[in-house]
Amino acid sequence: MKAFTDLYWRLDATTKTQEKVAALVDYFQAADHADAACAMGVLCGGRQLRAVSTTQLREWVAAATGLPAWLVEECYAHVGDLAETLALLLPDDQPASDAAPRPGLAMTMADTIHSLHTADEARKREVVTATWRRLAPRERIVWHKLVTGGLRVGVSRTLVARALAEVAGVEPAVMAHRLMGGGPADTAGFAALLEPVTATDDRRPYPFFLASALDRGDTAGVAADLGAAAAWQAEWKWDGMRAQIVRRGDDVTIWSRGEELVNEAFPEVVAAATALPAGTVLDGELLAVGPRAGGSPVQLLGFAALSKRSGRRRVPKKILSEIPCVFVAYDLLEQGGHDLRPLPLADRRRLLDELIPACFAAATAGPPAIETCLYRSPLVEADSWDQLAARRAESRERGVEGLMLKRRSSPYGTGRTRGDWWKWKIEPLEIDAVLLYAQAGHGRRAGLHSDYTLGVWDGDRLVTVAKAYSGLTDAEIVEIDRIVRATTVERHGPVRICTPTLVMQLAFEGVAASTRHKSGVAVRFPRIVRWRRDKQPADADTLDDLKRML
Amino acid sequence: MSARSLELLEVTASGLYCAAGGFFVDPWRRVERAVITHAHADHARSGCGRYLCAAPGKHVLRTRMGSNATIDTLRYGETTSINGVTVSLHPAGHVLGSAQVRIEHCGQTWVVTGDYKLGPDPTCAPFEPVPCDVLVTESTFGLPVYRWPDPATVAGEINAWWRTNRDAGRTSVILAYALGKAQRIAALVDPEIGPIVAHGAVMKLCEAYRASGVRLPPIDRVPPRARKVGGGRALVIAPPSVLDGPWLKMFGATATAVASGWMTIRGVRRRRGVEQGFVLSDHADFPGLLAAIEASRAGRVLVTHGFADVLARFLRERGLDAEPLATRFTGEAPPDAASDEHGEPDEPDKHDEPDAKDGAA
Repeated sequence: MKAFTDLYWRLDATTKTQEKVAALVDYFQAADHADAACAMGVLCGGRQLRAVSTTQLREWVAAATGLPAWLVEECYAHVGDLAETLALLLPDDQPASDAAPRPGLAMTMADTIHSLHTADEARKREVVTATWRRLAPRERIVWHKLVTGGLRVGVSRTLVARALAEVAGVEPAVMAHRLMGGGPADTAGFAALLEPVTATDDRRPYPFFLASALDRGDTAGVAADLGAAAAWQAEWKWDGMRAQIVRRGDDVTIWSRGEELVNEAFPEVVAAATALPAGTVLDGELLAVGPRAGGSPVQLLGFAALSKRSGRRRVPKKILSEIPCVFVAYDLLEQGGHDLRPLPLADRRRLLDELIPACFAAATAGPPAIETCLYRSPLVEADSWDQLAARRAESRERGVEGLMLKRRSSPYGTGRTRGDWWKWKIEPLEIDAVLLYAQAGHGRRAGLHSDYTLGVWDGDRLVTVAKAYSGLTDAEIVEIDRIVRATTVERHGPVRICTPTLVMQLAFEGVAASTRHKSGVAVRFPRIVRWRRDKQPADADTLDDLKRML
Repeated sequence: MSARSLELLEVTASGLYCAAGGFFVDPWRRVERAVITHAHADHARSGCGRYLCAAPGKHVLRTRMGSNATIDTLRYGETTSINGVTVSLHPAGHVLGSAQVRIEHCGQTWVVTGDYKLGPDPTCAPFEPVPCDVLVTESTFGLPVYRWPDPATVAGEINAWWRTNRDAGRTSVILAYALGKAQRIAALVDPEIGPIVAHGAVMKLCEAYRASGVRLPPIDRVPPRARKVGGGRALVIAPPSVLDGPWLKMFGATATAVASGWMTIRGVRRRRGVEQGFVLSDHADFPGLLAAIEASRAGRVLVTHGFADVLARFLRERGLDAEPLATRFTGEAPPDAASDEHGEPDEPDKHDEPDAKDGAA
């Protein structure tokens, strides 16, 4: 536990990539493999068990310190991190002498978290209280996060892969591949990660190749940056969930870009993919489509509908029939067990066209789709950038986010390497909205009111339509924090209701009906573009303006 | 409660006022007569007719109020009468010359603590509890998450950090208030590790401390228009405002740290992006506040700047007659608030509203 705590604080103390990797390398080199496997689960964002609730933890800290519950809450509101708050409040009785055995991460988690998961409340409290006495304050913060299943560490999987690659003496890409689909489950799993070569017939997907955003809206600029249009393959940028279908051996696995196995959420796609020959890997997009009435074009349901499917471990029949899903393939990464990624895109595409006969055409476009759950993505044909720009202008009407541009000669790369894949999204929608509520942030923004609820005019009243967290500079957040404090008219727990004085320019990707906001609508991916100091609340947009964008 | 019938002090537009004696304690506007607890900018403002402060704080107050200010002094514990009201000053342990103001009139005793701490500090006289009927206390760190480590331990941490930096050829820059914290750090660290260098704003006050008889290790002034200073071995003590300017460039590679009670909180450390935070405060921590309040034996407690509402409620639940008192004192500002509003590079200790606190403003 001490070694992992040291790692946690070393990672916390730096924003420099190299120092983070160095900290990880030091940890993995010295760590017991069982501890390392446990740490991997945490570092790679694996599902964590919540052995005790934060409510229980707060109550027991209040009891252990003799402080009233309201004062614990005041402290939390100030500190902005519950695990830290509680660790700071507990008395510092020094942990037992250094000679006493100090259990490692794996044993600590087994004894105080996994075994507690199903224990009764009295037993939980007993173990928690005893563990407090055993741990130093800086260990308690980390352990509090573990025991409530909420430990997040500021390292990407890429960094973990880099560090492990260094420890194992293999290429980072090899390690990235080994880490796909979750970290090692146990000691043996971790040891296997460090092996020099693997020849296992595994089910893991390839690291996803990601596109970079093309910020230029003007066609001339795009043409200048990318050269001849003929060198590029264009596809619609579908509003779904990126995924890979891996058909190897006797089965099918579907992996999200978050490297989660999502088979359970998309049974119809799994069934359709079973017909693929073994040794096939497809890269594509999962899309929610409406129920199909024989022969009519499919109806795109959008990302919100897809979320009702993707988050599930088991999909009820009702949802399955209301929100059917399909897979639209962009690329063929493996065929006959051969890695096709080094081939030029044009060649891979030709093989894909032969493999997947059905071409996806949705709603407003093209002939009725063949009834299947497995399609290839249609190409957007155009002879020039101007033609492509004209097609891109159809995006909103088609329910897509814009165009994807891929260099026909490009291999399938790793990560987000700029140059070969671009997303040419349509410009976001924008409104001017008024700041109505503010809430203190967490982490780096602890104690600063940095989370805002924004509203627009509905007649003579302001109604909320969005919550936005990002887009302002740190200095602006500090300034707004002052204004929020000065204009607070009411407090509901951590939320402050303010006199409307601030106008924010808000960008978003779409408007959807919502039961969460009083206005009845919510915007998608809202983010603050800028603080409109030049505008008064009266100048903000109206609900009607927003509804016109539905 | 009979104490209510006599309000020795009241909050007016100009500050905390004693009507019977016709004087103010730490007024925030220009007044004729000001009794000053200590020389920090939110407690001592220039332009008053007469100042009264504790004798050890005279030089420090002079550097802040200017050479024309009329400053009277009292030794700690010595009494004087202002218009028939008995006034004495008692050590508050906050910075050199800091005092609690004891006011006695018609059988009632009030004490205004000003800012104070109970922990040891080689640069000023230790806090002394003063029995009273009504205590006006600060509450800058009035939340139980604030419990200070032993300053000797913190000094050890600073020394270790300095040594590591020195061995790596990096200059150690420690950001601290020019008045009080800077001198305390200079007195706490091990001067054998390397040269100690101070920013001009800090230097001015170091000289005032020395003139007052406080022993400080040798501290070098940064020569004007210096190009390269310290050769990566020095400990530089500077106000937080230097982060915003080019001043630090003359030290080459640096490691920066902030010494403040707010460094207890990880979010505050991370927000400013300083690599290292040392928990070192000249204010009382939560147990310190409770201990001081108890030692005063006051039946009534008025809580000012900081977590006034929270501390007052907590005291009420423990059976004390306590309420918040709205003043304009602001206490120790977290490092990210220090240079936001009052862009005075030489006066970074002009205490700002900590951005993460409620209560009296």
